[in-house]
Amino acid sequence: MADPTPPVPEPGTNMGKALPRYEARAKVTGAPLYADDMPLPNPATALFVTSGIAKGSITSIDTSEAAGLPGVLKVYTHENAPSRQDLRHFMKGGYVADSVMPLAGPNIVNDGEIVAVVVAEDLATARDAAHRLKISYQAEQPATTFGSAGAEEKQITAGKHDVGDFDAAYGSAPVTLDVEYETPTMHHNPMELFSTAAAWDGDNLVIHEPSQFVWQLKNGAAETLGVDAAKVEVKNPFVGGAFGSKGIMTQRTGLIAAIARDLRRPVKNVVMRDQGYTLATYRAETRHRIRMGAESNGKLVALSHEGSEVTSRQDDYFVAGTTATAEMYACPNIRTGVSLVKADRNTPGFMRSPPETPYMYALESAMDEMAEKLGIDPVEFRRINDTQTSPTTGAPYTSRSLMECYDEAASSFGWSKRNPQPMSMAQDDWLIGYGCATACYPTNMMPATARIVLTPEGRAEVLIAAHDVGTGAYTVMQQIAADELGIDPAAITVRMGDTTLPPGPVSGGSMTTASAGSAVKAACEKVRQRFGGTVPAVDDMSAAFRKLGSNRIEEYAEWAPPGSGEDAIKALYKGKFGGGGGDEPKPLMYAFGAEFVEVRVHRLTREIRVPRMTGAFAAGRIVNPRTARSQYLGGMIWGLGQALLEKTELDLLRARYINDNIAEYLVAVNADVPEVDIIMVPEVDNQVNSLGVKGIGEVSNVGTAAAIANAVYHATGRRIRELPVTMDKLL
Amino acid sequence: MRPFDYETPQDAAQAVALSEAAAQSHVGSPVQYIGGGTTLLDLMKLGVMRPERVVAIDGIGGDSLNAVKKTDQGLHIGALVSMAELADNGMIERDYPVLRDALWKAASPQIRNMARLGGNVLQRTRCPYFRDTTYDQCNKRVPGSGCAALDGFNRLHAVLGTSGSCIATYAGDWAQALVALDASVSVLGPDGPRVLPFSGLHRLPSDAPHIETTLKPGELITGFTIPDGPWPRSTYVKVRDRESYAFANASAAVALEMEGDIATDVRIALGGLATVPWRASKAEAQLRGRPLGEAAMEAAAEAEFADAVTHEHNAFKVPLGKATLVRALTEAKAMEI
Repeated sequence: MADPTPPVPEPGTNMGKALPRYEARAKVTGAPLYADDMPLPNPATALFVTSGIAKGSITSIDTSEAAGLPGVLKVYTHENAPSRQDLRHFMKGGYVADSVMPLAGPNIVNDGEIVAVVVAEDLATARDAAHRLKISYQAEQPATTFGSAGAEEKQITAGKHDVGDFDAAYGSAPVTLDVEYETPTMHHNPMELFSTAAAWDGDNLVIHEPSQFVWQLKNGAAETLGVDAAKVEVKNPFVGGAFGSKGIMTQRTGLIAAIARDLRRPVKNVVMRDQGYTLATYRAETRHRIRMGAESNGKLVALSHEGSEVTSRQDDYFVAGTTATAEMYACPNIRTGVSLVKADRNTPGFMRSPPETPYMYALESAMDEMAEKLGIDPVEFRRINDTQTSPTTGAPYTSRSLMECYDEAASSFGWSKRNPQPMSMAQDDWLIGYGCATACYPTNMMPATARIVLTPEGRAEVLIAAHDVGTGAYTVMQQIAADELGIDPAAITVRMGDTTLPPGPVSGGSMTTASAGSAVKAACEKVRQRFGGTVPAVDDMSAAFRKLGSNRIEEYAEWAPPGSGEDAIKALYKGKFGGGGGDEPKPLMYAFGAEFVEVRVHRLTREIRVPRMTGAFAAGRIVNPRTARSQYLGGMIWGLGQALLEKTELDLLRARYINDNIAEYLVAVNADVPEVDIIMVPEVDNQVNSLGVKGIGEVSNVGTAAAIANAVYHATGRRIRELPVTMDKLL
Repeated sequence: MRPFDYETPQDAAQAVALSEAAAQSHVGSPVQYIGGGTTLLDLMKLGVMRPERVVAIDGIGGDSLNAVKKTDQGLHIGALVSMAELADNGMIERDYPVLRDALWKAASPQIRNMARLGGNVLQRTRCPYFRDTTYDQCNKRVPGSGCAALDGFNRLHAVLGTSGSCIATYAGDWAQALVALDASVSVLGPDGPRVLPFSGLHRLPSDAPHIETTLKPGELITGFTIPDGPWPRSTYVKVRDRESYAFANASAAVALEMEGDIATDVRIALGGLATVPWRASKAEAQLRGRPLGEAAMEAAAEAEFADAVTHEHNAFKVPLGKATLVRALTEAKAMEI
């Protein structure tokens, strides 16, 4: 068995130092306070009670027994809930991930909707009271998913690409493929449960809630509560896992804060693990049809990807990941499109690599099938169709090191030992398969602001309301400031996750390092300018300060990606993503990777195990190879889970989630992950931004599922086109 | 959860005296014993079980309740021995590997440290409709209310020993080893001690799935006895989607005595497939006294599953169960002892 704690990676070309994690010691000694740990004076405990039907209405709620229990402060239902303002879905320019306001009326529109809130002195009492509520429903037949009676289909314009003449090219291609794939419902299950604590002091409100975008939560909470955003603070320095689930505000925040206002007392709420399945967002199930035409020499001539995604009745959330398909390989005739199926479900939302995970799984599975049809090695098939320009616009990639990734990973993995014939490799009772796939993720950026404080002692503070969801953002901000100021990282303190700090980007889209880092860099540049271009050495610092007649230097900077509109920073302060602008053609900016896996499938019982995985990634400058390696590792391990384990099971008749706990919603455990080899391929890209950083938080879980499914085919001769690949599909 | 009285008796007799209460069902009984609490606490928090009195038995002590020893009657295992303690016992590892394998594959170390063997064999089903009180239908939880699993999600449900009232899978692992080895179980009740065959402990659901065992109100499991042995050629194969910490899609406890190629004694029990720990008597009968080849194993597996009843999502459990049985026999046969 491999050493589970491999050495700290040696920085390669264009990589920073492999500094240890900024908050490592604090975390392993249990010091950080997470949202629900924050001390509040005399808090009451609120517990949600959620619906047992997915569609219909509440005919009565008898709260008398629950309300009469000693220690129960109040039971809220739709009949006495505090009023709040409606919030729009974030894809329509609003603040929330699900636009249905809880306790606004008797109607039920999805499983697990909040139907009551019990507020008590402690959780045990609240839970006892919750089980004493008597709720009667008038239930209606819900539509659960694809193919359910009553689900509505809707075409959307997102994800549409039409280049050349697909029909003609496909019709005349000598080799064609027409295949369908499916991905399941998935939930994030972060270790830290969703929670909200709200404390009012007069008109001022403080919220503690794990969030990937505190400035959005601040503004959204203010809007639904009808108060001035300036009076709302969100404080949340650490997030215990998020993966997108804490990216967009949900309705519970306003409800808990309104209850705290009504009771004139701080209120804490923790969303129970099963409740998190319906009160937060998730990755909805998707379906794909891919058609591919190629010349017999392997050149792609036609490519079509039609995606379909489930969303709720109330909101048109979509990921429309066909853009990745359209940009990935040289092909003159491309057609893609996406449709939605609206069902009686809670609204889905961001989950790590939201568009690429399902869509690239489908594309990279089809690439493997096509390579086999053509009799071409899967790596060589990608090489034949590699491109340095956009197949849709002709714009150049700022950098694309995909084939370098393939070559390094293939060599390290030992791909040349693969016998291309399926079912040709085995050891004892285990069939062996090798598979590979491409990973990609676009380089996203959004506006950010930051403040730097420097003292005569040579100590600096980095102040930015960005977020560390376990990624290493504290470390990387410290490191960027240290490089820019030329001082020891140990002399730099970083504060994040707090709306009393200048707003940073959402911790999503793999954009914190590029965006927040650029704002930190810009603020550091201003500090340097105060000293004429270079910050003095620490021994000369106090003399330099005296010369300036100052004992504190403080600089604030705003940064927005090139092409942003004038209002970009204003929008950021409002907790919004964009700000318009940026319509001119841009170069294509993507990080790439190549992932290789070995699978073993038992000849009798068809258990599937993955003894080793190799991933090579190129993503511009790597600020910290140690935290980067952890990101890549975690992504590939999650990819393994997506391939083999993760699926939220649906009761198709009742439109309810079944395995809403972490005993039965399976994620990979240590025993599933014997060996992961991470290779960081050096890449220099000075066009993406002045830091040369592309972002690495999501790329590595994009290729894993396809690589594993492809390897299962190689081991067994069976193509499983529906994730997760489980033993029942191979028996 | 609901407030309850917590009793801490000093010995088994006191515990039993505190626990006499009429009960309509095992789930609904107003008095519950608690050892490690690894099942009971969950179900109390979920509101599935609402006992008024919880009787803690971890302090009732006594040699017999805590011992693992070989006696004239066979191997005795006390009911208060933890899963971890038995799995770590060197004699068990050497002489009864099936007991050890079934334990260490059963749960996380934290749970194995807490859970006691007496309670382990009474582990309740993971049927989602049983564990969530917002579902109206569950005959085990609310007798006569119906079974949502029949037309709901049933990938993990049983294919053996089911009824029209309940298809919930028995979730445990260790009980399969006990039933395969013809263990007996000792209980102490209001009417004194008695011994019953372990195979007679769990009840098939038939039309009363809320009555899960043949234990009478107040009866406390005090220990287990395995009559013959040792069984060095024995193993527990647990097949699951995840490598660790997951419930079985199918499992098989197998113990063999071989003379050359002939299986002179064959013991098989199946888990993850049935409503109770399932002794595969039909398969055993076909194999006993004959050469143990793969074709014979497959034929025996075929016979065992002849009466299997499947539902919408669990048809795979029939081929998987057969394959698991064949694999466990193959692995036991190949053991070097």
